[in-house]
Amino acid sequence: MSAAYRLATGGLIDRATPLDFTFDGRALRGFAGDTLASALVANGVRTVGRSFKYHRPRGLFTAGPEEPSGLVELGSGARREPNTKATTAELFAGLRVASQNRWPSLKFDLMAVNGLLAPLFVAGFYYKTFMWPAALWERLYEPVIRRAAGLGRASGAPDPDPYDKSHAFCDLLVIGSGPAGLAAALAAGRAGARVILCEDDFRLGGRLLSERQEIDGRPGPDWVGAIEAELAALPEVRILRRTQVFGAYDGGTYGAVERVTDHLPRPEPGLPRQRLWKIAARRVVLAAGAVERPLVFGGNDRPGVMMAASVRTYLNRHAAAPGRRAAVFTTTDDGWRTALDLQAAGVEVAVVIEARHAAPPALAEAARRGGAQIVLGGQVTETRGLGRLRQVIAGDSAFGVDLLAISGGWNPQVALSSHLGGRAVWSEALATFIPGEPPPGMSVAGAAAGQMTLAACLAAGGRAGAEAVIDLGFKARPPVFKADDEAASVSPLWRVAGSRGKAFVDLQHDVTDKDIELAAREGFRTVEHLKRYTTLGMATDQGKTSNLNGHALIAELTGRSIPEAGTTLARPPHLPVAIAAFAGHHRGVHFRPARPTPSHDWAREQGASLVDAGQWKRAQWFRRPGETDWLETVRREVTAVRTGVGVCDVSTLGKIDIQGPDAGAFLDRVYINTFSTLPVGKARYGVMLREDGLVLDDGTTARLGAEHFVMSTTTVNAGRVMQHLEYCHQALWPDLDLQMVSVTEQWAQFAVAGPKSRALLQALVGGAADLSAEAFPYMGAVAFRLDGVAARLFRLSFSGELAFEIAVPASFGDSLIRALMAAGADFGVQPYGTEALGVMRIEKGHVGGGELNGQTTARDLGLGRMMSRKKACIGKAMAGRPGLADPQRPILVGVTPLDATQRLRGGAHFLRLGAEASAANDEGHLTSTAFSPSLERWIGLGLLVGGDQRIGERIRAYDPIRGGDVEVEVRHPVFLDPEGVRLHV
Amino acid sequence: MRIPCPYCGERDLSEFVCRGEVATRPDPTTLSAGLDALYLRDNPAGPTREHWYHAQGCRLWLVVERDTRTHAVTGARPAAEAGS
Repeated sequence: MSAAYRLATGGLIDRATPLDFTFDGRALRGFAGDTLASALVANGVRTVGRSFKYHRPRGLFTAGPEEPSGLVELGSGARREPNTKATTAELFAGLRVASQNRWPSLKFDLMAVNGLLAPLFVAGFYYKTFMWPAALWERLYEPVIRRAAGLGRASGAPDPDPYDKSHAFCDLLVIGSGPAGLAAALAAGRAGARVILCEDDFRLGGRLLSERQEIDGRPGPDWVGAIEAELAALPEVRILRRTQVFGAYDGGTYGAVERVTDHLPRPEPGLPRQRLWKIAARRVVLAAGAVERPLVFGGNDRPGVMMAASVRTYLNRHAAAPGRRAAVFTTTDDGWRTALDLQAAGVEVAVVIEARHAAPPALAEAARRGGAQIVLGGQVTETRGLGRLRQVIAGDSAFGVDLLAISGGWNPQVALSSHLGGRAVWSEALATFIPGEPPPGMSVAGAAAGQMTLAACLAAGGRAGAEAVIDLGFKARPPVFKADDEAASVSPLWRVAGSRGKAFVDLQHDVTDKDIELAAREGFRTVEHLKRYTTLGMATDQGKTSNLNGHALIAELTGRSIPEAGTTLARPPHLPVAIAAFAGHHRGVHFRPARPTPSHDWAREQGASLVDAGQWKRAQWFRRPGETDWLETVRREVTAVRTGVGVCDVSTLGKIDIQGPDAGAFLDRVYINTFSTLPVGKARYGVMLREDGLVLDDGTTARLGAEHFVMSTTTVNAGRVMQHLEYCHQALWPDLDLQMVSVTEQWAQFAVAGPKSRALLQALVGGAADLSAEAFPYMGAVAFRLDGVAARLFRLSFSGELAFEIAVPASFGDSLIRALMAAGADFGVQPYGTEALGVMRIEKGHVGGGELNGQTTARDLGLGRMMSRKKACIGKAMAGRPGLADPQRPILVGVTPLDATQRLRGGAHFLRLGAEASAANDEGHLTSTAFSPSLERWIGLGLLVGGDQRIGERIRAYDPIRGGDVEVEVRHPVFLDPEGVRLHV
Repeated sequence: MRIPCPYCGERDLSEFVCRGEVATRPDPTTLSAGLDALYLRDNPAGPTREHWYHAQGCRLWLVVERDTRTHAVTGARPAAEAGS
């Protein structure tokens, strides 16, 4: 198992720690310090996948996060991770890697026939080829294209790993740990500032790890080690490795994702797979470096063609040779360094093809001495080789090589500087875009700012770090380092004219120079249109290697300069981030908080079925042995309340405690009816409106003292009403003297309803309160002590029966429900759930969620007469506008089917008898339905046009989706005991 | 975005609820004035005053001054003191 392309010496790898892994089942070995890509290079694996559209064999093109083509699948089962860049995956023992997008095998891929069908797959092929017949889209085109094109496969299984979220705060955030980033972090760290240094790689150092450059007379990696040690010893400096800053947001907030355990053979118990960081930074130094720019020529995607600086990374950092005999094709001074590094590593350099007519003299002389042929003013027009590179053609010459290193210049990583809208600006000298106006608080240093040499990076980074913290009041100065400025001139070459074979601009999305030409011919001239039409730069790499070449081409083809054509605006995320990282712990049952009611444990013991009501878990019904249908259960519970007594937990209703001299006046302003006149010891039903005149919420408010009210709201609107009341008090009427607080969770409250409810409660409270009709009439409210515990009693009824609500502090709720059930045993008490509660409120025509739908007025709900004429309130002015006062608005009515055996369903639309079922004839809809045990048939509440004038009329309840078409009679919405006799017993 | 709550200090956007531009209440005297107050917003490209609620914090309603072009927050005061 010898790695044939591993250099004998050098590299930042630990040869004492071998790591065995497999690639498509083949056993291979790398070392600690390898990436998956470097281990593959060392083992001579050149083809790692097939391309997106044409299924061309593809190899490793770069050595970093900009990688467009070296995408693989890691892991298996639910942990299968498709489209992983081999260049950023850290190697570990036991890693299982599969190539992707090939069938049946990587070597022999049937879909490569797509290459012959290339005319079908040109830019915009989606829009052209499959226009007609449209019916075939879903059945034929889409599935075929999905199989033929595309990249990896998602696992389809739930993600088994945990993800975490953290917040962090710092004076200075440094993004990138190359020479500029390290210098910046050191300048700020030495000054005592709180610094967070984020590095995407598992090792600090950036390009210093890949170059044979020296700082202060020491090899780059050694210098990095010393700086890292100093930073690590500073208490206010935090170093986050494997952490990608992916977005800049408003107010100095930055998003980053830390890959905590991705590099470990198996998940570490107690550690998340990844951690999402939300970093609030007062200042930021962006030192994210630059990405090397490819050259566009025929066959530039063949495995064996590799970016020149990436070749140096494999050689110097990983001691892995990407070939045995190399050619270099360059239009930069930088490319020559690759030739020299190859020679130093013992790799033969057959030729250096320099597109410019002059080479940097010292570098060229060294390369020539090393045995390289030198071609000036030359261009590679074609590459050959089945599956991998065998030959490079430059004009009339052919060179037999297995590696072609290409160098087209460097593009600063400007993305994070433009996330908040700052446009990059063109630099003629560097032939690339550099950051324009960065976001407030950010400065850009080093190669990211277009400073392309080592000494310049160190100086700029140190300066940026020092200035940032001086701005915050620290005393700092830039550290001084000794390094050289290397030759770094560049002449742009946007594409090689006269290329043979496909010349790729975007390797990941298989966009060629011909596609750009086609887009230009068809009028897609702006870079944003070009992007969407050709999909240039829209792949997972977001065009890190391809965008500028594509934009330069469209500029040239449309007769504009590159700055005139412009460049696309980068948006977060800078690199793909797993959705799971954004979700964090908020998955499954933890998606949102669950609020158990005070009687939750007791209800579970009783076998209650639970239902979500807002965030609450409420008992829906309490099935008894032998009951086979929930309707049967609910019918029993309703009958128990109507004929005996039942108990229901109503703690979930919102409760707001309002106190102060102006509390009554305040309530008058938020309710349509009057509360300031409510006597102490009484409760009143109230309706509140939104400012636009529609109903916001309803509920009862009780007056426990002259300056003390307790408001109840519906369960789902509790938070909204609280927010509304706070707004009214603070923003509208701060002069009113009152305080309010939500006590929803502080009180457990139970409805005790039915003819025997008084007897049950009196048995429970004994002499603590007098519940007789005279002492405690309907709508009474009283605070008392029950066995030494604060308690409240209200004579309220949602069911229409004689009923009470009793409240105690929430921690006594469990005791109270058990006490109620014990005291009620003699009276045949039964618990009832939300379903029976709903049936009984529909029988009584009380409005609920279906009717309080944000589109109804008080008048629509039959509550218009509650509106006080003597006072103003929120929403009153607008409730009177013509549209809301129109008598032809849908008004609340009751309906029952003429045929008692027929079922009603909520959502059915009302139609006149004989009217065609059309939207024009729609007269409203059923808002709530229930089977009424009292009436022995289905009943419904609904909103019917002019409904209050149509009692007794027959109409249709039409429900085409569920096949319902029921003739119904319009009735008064109160089906049961309309005189309220039972309430007042 | 971060909002400097006068009671809690500078806090993350996710703790707050935005109600929208500070607007006058509907005028009950005329219908059109009422509708304008209810539905017409200036929506300026530039500095604006908005009501924000510190729902996950002190429950103060704030008047936040913000530039809609840059999202730069230039001030936050309790609504009770700022007037509306």
